[in-house]
Amino acid sequence: MENNQYVDQYFRKDRLPHIWCPGCGHGIIMHSLVKAIAELGWEKDDVAVVSGIGCSSRAPGYLDFNTLHTTHGRALAFATGVKLAKPHLKVIVISGDGDATAIGGNHLIHAARRNIDITTIVFNNNIYGMTGGQYSPTTPTNEFGTTAPHGNIDTPFDIAMLAGAAGATYTARTTAFHMNQMTQIIKNALSHKGFSLVEAISICPTYYGRKNKKGDAPKMMQWLKDSFIDVKVAEKLPEDKKAGKILMGEFKNVQQPEYTEEYQKIVDRLSGVK
Amino acid sequence: MSTKKVKLMQGNEACVEGALYAGMKFYAGYPITPSTEVAEVSAQKLPYYGGKFIQMEDEIAGIATAIGGSIAGLKSMTATSGPGFSLKVENIGYAAIAEVPLVIVNVQRGGPSTGLPTAPAQGDVMQAMWGTHGDHPVIAVCPSSVKETFTETVRAFNLAEKYRMPVILLTDEVVGHMRERIEIPEPGELEVIDRLRPEANEADYRPYGVKEGEIVGRMAGFGEGFRYHVTGLFHDEYGFPSNSTKNAGKMLDHLMSKISNNYDDIVTFENYLTEDADYIVLSYGSTARSARSAVNKMREQGHKVGMFRPITIWPFPHKEVVALSKRVKGIVVAEMNLGQLVLEVERVVKGATEVYHVGRANGEVVTPADILKKLEEVM
Repeated sequence: MENNQYVDQYFRKDRLPHIWCPGCGHGIIMHSLVKAIAELGWEKDDVAVVSGIGCSSRAPGYLDFNTLHTTHGRALAFATGVKLAKPHLKVIVISGDGDATAIGGNHLIHAARRNIDITTIVFNNNIYGMTGGQYSPTTPTNEFGTTAPHGNIDTPFDIAMLAGAAGATYTARTTAFHMNQMTQIIKNALSHKGFSLVEAISICPTYYGRKNKKGDAPKMMQWLKDSFIDVKVAEKLPEDKKAGKILMGEFKNVQQPEYTEEYQKIVDRLSGVK
Repeated sequence: MSTKKVKLMQGNEACVEGALYAGMKFYAGYPITPSTEVAEVSAQKLPYYGGKFIQMEDEIAGIATAIGGSIAGLKSMTATSGPGFSLKVENIGYAAIAEVPLVIVNVQRGGPSTGLPTAPAQGDVMQAMWGTHGDHPVIAVCPSSVKETFTETVRAFNLAEKYRMPVILLTDEVVGHMRERIEIPEPGELEVIDRLRPEANEADYRPYGVKEGEIVGRMAGFGEGFRYHVTGLFHDEYGFPSNSTKNAGKMLDHLMSKISNNYDDIVTFENYLTEDADYIVLSYGSTARSARSAVNKMREQGHKVGMFRPITIWPFPHKEVVALSKRVKGIVVAEMNLGQLVLEVERVVKGATEVYHVGRANGEVVTPADILKKLEEVM
């Protein structure tokens, strides 16, 4: 195995192979996360990775950190408890599009609003994969899922926009094709103080791809390559060249008071005073 | 002269004082009548103790965050009432399978649904036992005074820490909101139990491996140098998911045996004038106050009536109730619902004596007169 320094150092090798289907994009995102942590030189004992339920939420089980696999949609609430109880921990949430924005949508917007120092990485594959291909809050309108056999009439969420509007102080979107950019973005998100959200576009050839005739994994990767352009590049392009493209890159990066630091100020003021 | 602090205190306030005495350092919850004072007093007091309070976006987040705080190593509590308890049952199951110490306070109010928000009830007795899906261990304790709310909160924390599981403090609107005189115990007067933690450099740490002579696996807090996995799936001794039916059976045996092997340590109750009694009133929580009054009245009239009061309601004190059933003519179960704990009494006594029920669920308390009337009817 080439390039296995990250596997040796950061994976629970006895837990591999992972459960993901051939061609799934999730492994690339997991790799980028580990590479970002390695480049930041973080101690494994100081990192807590929390997830909900779904394909992406199985990632923490493979990673050699403090790992917490919770109930469907609730990862951010559990993670809030871990972070507030032990603010020195670097807390990362791994979630999916359904986990983070359907059943866990309320927790997502409120974690963003609090600006608590947690990095959330949403593995967005536009479908419920674990349960076999039902449409999710990010399945595009008119596309198909097993529960949208006549075409999806919902309007999808823009997850990065949603988090930014709710108060996240760092938001970005990247894709499983753009791996170098993804690693850099995750590094920036992890280094950011406050609530950061990375929408990592994944591919699900098994369900989303098959249901919507998107072709095999290489074809879907090609689609990522052709469809996404960086927001900074897009600024300089004429309208006709941007038509139909989806923006990626960093959308928001601002500094605001961080929740656990603000709470610590109260504790410092009152602790021991009776 | 005693230097003890004597206070006039509300039940919900005594709950927080008891929690702080037991070492609570973390509270997460959501406001709901009639439990809100538990959150308010926790928010006020925790920072003085170096602890943390957070008001979450909903009831589900309240318990999830409290579980997160406990996994990070702090003694944690959340509180709610009726409709909120319905939402909390999801993660009560999580805390049960992942073996996370946690105290959940349910100040019961009239239901179903939004029901009677400011009126008392004891309608969540069966929900406390069976609310979350799947077989799981349950401990629920049921104080009937302000003083007992303090001591039972301390005991709830102790049981949660000792048995690594969620413990429910099942009070009601009457106990939560009434004010009574309470002597605050001195530090050291009541036992305070902390979870067992692994040795500093323990090799081959197994968060769910039970050492010889111990009841549960030793629990490290996140960030304390043990990188382990926690999941709501059935798991092995290391915490990693396992689909093995053999393992699932073994794990369930372990979870359930925490209760069955430790009945005498967990189960508490009060016998009031039961020794020579022909009839027993079985009652708990605020209704036991009416029951005591009814028993006193009957004794004044020369009738041999006593009261049996489960303080631990789950596991149910079946040994004691079975023993009583063999020597009394009847048991009158008095409770603020249309018949819940009476089902458990009937189940355990198996027809050894007559079992009667007196109760209501319209937001009014069960009065001594109600109980007297029932006793006169059946005796």
